[in-house]
Amino acid sequence: MTAAELAPLAVVLPFLGAAVTFILIRHSRARRAVSITTLSITLLIEVVMLLAAPSAGTQAVHLGGWSAPFGIVLVVDQFSALMLVISSAVSLAVLVYAAGQGMADGDEDGPVSIFHPTYLILVAGVSNAFLTGDLFNLYVGFEILLTASYVLMTLGGTAPRIRAGVTYVVVSVVSSMLFLIAIAMIYGATGTINLADLAVKLETVDPATQMVLHLMLLVAFGIKAAVFPLSFWLPDSYPTAPAPVTAVFAGLLTKVGVYAMVRVETLLFPGDRINSLLMVVALLTMIVGILGALAQSDIKRLLSFTLVSHIGYMVFGLAISSRVGLGAAVYYVAHHITVQTSLFLVTGLIERRGGTANVDRLGGLARLSPLLGVLFFIPAMNLAGIPPFSGFIGKLGLFQAGVELGTPLAYVLVAGGVATSLLTLLVMARVWNRAFWRSPGDAEDPDPILLASKADGSSVGTSRHVTGEATGRFSGRNPVTLLPPTMTGPTIGLVGLGLALTVLAGPLFTLSDDAAQEMLDRTPYIEAVLGPGADG
Amino acid sequence: MTVNITLIVLMAAFFAAGIYLLLERSLTRVLLGLILIGNGANILILAMSGGAGQSPLYVEGRPAEDYTDSLPQALILTAIVITFAVTAFMLGIIYRSWVLGREDAVQDDPEDRRVADQSSYDYEDDADIPADTSEFTAVDAGALGDAEATADIRDTRGADAVGGAASRNGGGAGRPDPTATQKRPGGEPR
Repeated sequence: MTAAELAPLAVVLPFLGAAVTFILIRHSRARRAVSITTLSITLLIEVVMLLAAPSAGTQAVHLGGWSAPFGIVLVVDQFSALMLVISSAVSLAVLVYAAGQGMADGDEDGPVSIFHPTYLILVAGVSNAFLTGDLFNLYVGFEILLTASYVLMTLGGTAPRIRAGVTYVVVSVVSSMLFLIAIAMIYGATGTINLADLAVKLETVDPATQMVLHLMLLVAFGIKAAVFPLSFWLPDSYPTAPAPVTAVFAGLLTKVGVYAMVRVETLLFPGDRINSLLMVVALLTMIVGILGALAQSDIKRLLSFTLVSHIGYMVFGLAISSRVGLGAAVYYVAHHITVQTSLFLVTGLIERRGGTANVDRLGGLARLSPLLGVLFFIPAMNLAGIPPFSGFIGKLGLFQAGVELGTPLAYVLVAGGVATSLLTLLVMARVWNRAFWRSPGDAEDPDPILLASKADGSSVGTSRHVTGEATGRFSGRNPVTLLPPTMTGPTIGLVGLGLALTVLAGPLFTLSDDAAQEMLDRTPYIEAVLGPGADG
Repeated sequence: MTVNITLIVLMAAFFAAGIYLLLERSLTRVLLGLILIGNGANILILAMSGGAGQSPLYVEGRPAEDYTDSLPQALILTAIVITFAVTAFMLGIIYRSWVLGREDAVQDDPEDRRVADQSSYDYEDDADIPADTSEFTAVDAGALGDAEATADIRDTRGADAVGGAASRNGGGAGRPDPTATQKRPGGEPR
């Protein structure tokens, strides 16, 4: 039995966990225990798969004993194994954070109880999308994660969430329809929907038809990945969701779109026919996204714009499509999932501590809670690409690939990447200056919670009980812990994971480089699915 | 591959009507548009299956070409189930939207409007840095006095914080204090 044969468990376990938590919907403690245990086991299995991946090469699991072009296959290669491990680690951290928030606030009744089952279904959908070797199964994986995300997005059903949820659902459904239409046309053109089989058969299709199919898939995935002209929906809808939900959406959902784009570009339609188009799109995504971030004052919205902007870096690496570029893009995806999620989690903590996520109304957080300062500072600098951190390593790899390519457009792209990096630093410095450094009194209409705690004269701690009367947001409620260890713990863990990506950059970069080579070769994937000698 | 022209025309009609409805601002019409597009996509899959044939039950001696391709039908079935789930959910949130706001239309994002309307001048970023940044000047007294004066409006706990913060700020590093420069008695006008 090889490690890759464990792959179905990565999808099945979260589903089982979802079923069990659904049964336990009235028992909050048991529900938390089940969901956290399930995700921990899933993560463990995926780590085993990742460790085995470099030596085992690409492995395929034929589900239900159906042989390749007819049945559904799950394919484990280094790229999918890495994505699985990172996504599960991040979703585990967010789950613990959300459970900690629930414990701290006592929100055990009402619609929040649906959170655990839905969240596990989301994780199952993400794992399915990363593993599948079948185009229609990829569509199903997307639909599983999207349907779960609709529920999470509108959790509680308040007016702002319903408003944002409508936009989100309609845009997602339209992109799914485009994907479905593309699948129908691809089936009409080739008579198969198995990715490996398609890789062989699409080469015989007329180039003009190929181009139509290629662009339709890219538009469908581009909407999901929030690539520039198709990214308008993201900053509109993400910020209204609860903090842990936004964090996991920002980390995972767009990256599933990027993952699908990478697969389409490398496996189905290799070659550089539309690389210039991708480069222009990457440049615009980076620049327009970060300029949008500059105008925002709500940290969640600001981070949503930086999220869009940094998707541009991944498309950049994909557009270069050399081994170096693709490898750097793979590394960058792993880096960005971790860092963006930790920033959103920290924003959730800032909102608790400062009463708002609007930088104009925040101040003095560095003095009120130095821990929060450190937790924000590290991922913020990491995102901006300041040297010791993983963001710098990823960007350096991308720029190196761009310079190696040496075309004028590639140089423009490198310049755009550097400018975006500097603008990200500016955006992060603005948040830092306002929310953390200036005194709370300088803030515009600060939440009483910022000023109240100072006057208490009590020491600055990470966890503090505030009574209802002194606080704005929590008024009329029982005393709450502002920064409970159950919420700071997972955040620290995730920031630590971001640092680990820096420390382990050597082996990780080798891994992503090998993954890129494996994808560019295509033969290992095709032979793993269809058997040796199938690559026509 | 044979193509059924009726199916293609039907699909085109569904897509056209669906896209027209999708561009409306009323949520119910948007939902109807999505349903039509979903059904259009299903018909497209059916059209791509390459014509009808015998039912796909194995009969000895029958050539492979005589059977209907059953895969597209499996795909359509899955797609129908998914569209059904999404439609049910959409109906739920449209109803919720109606209950909350008596509104059956796509609404603007208020934060987006606010950001679009704000001026490009940002006090914190664009204000002139005051020339006088030395420590322990008359600024401190002025800042403290102002802060206490404004504090009357706030509750007592808030006032202490403002006063404490302002004095700490003015006496600390050479960082300009906006309230101090703005309200300095006798200082140069901004």
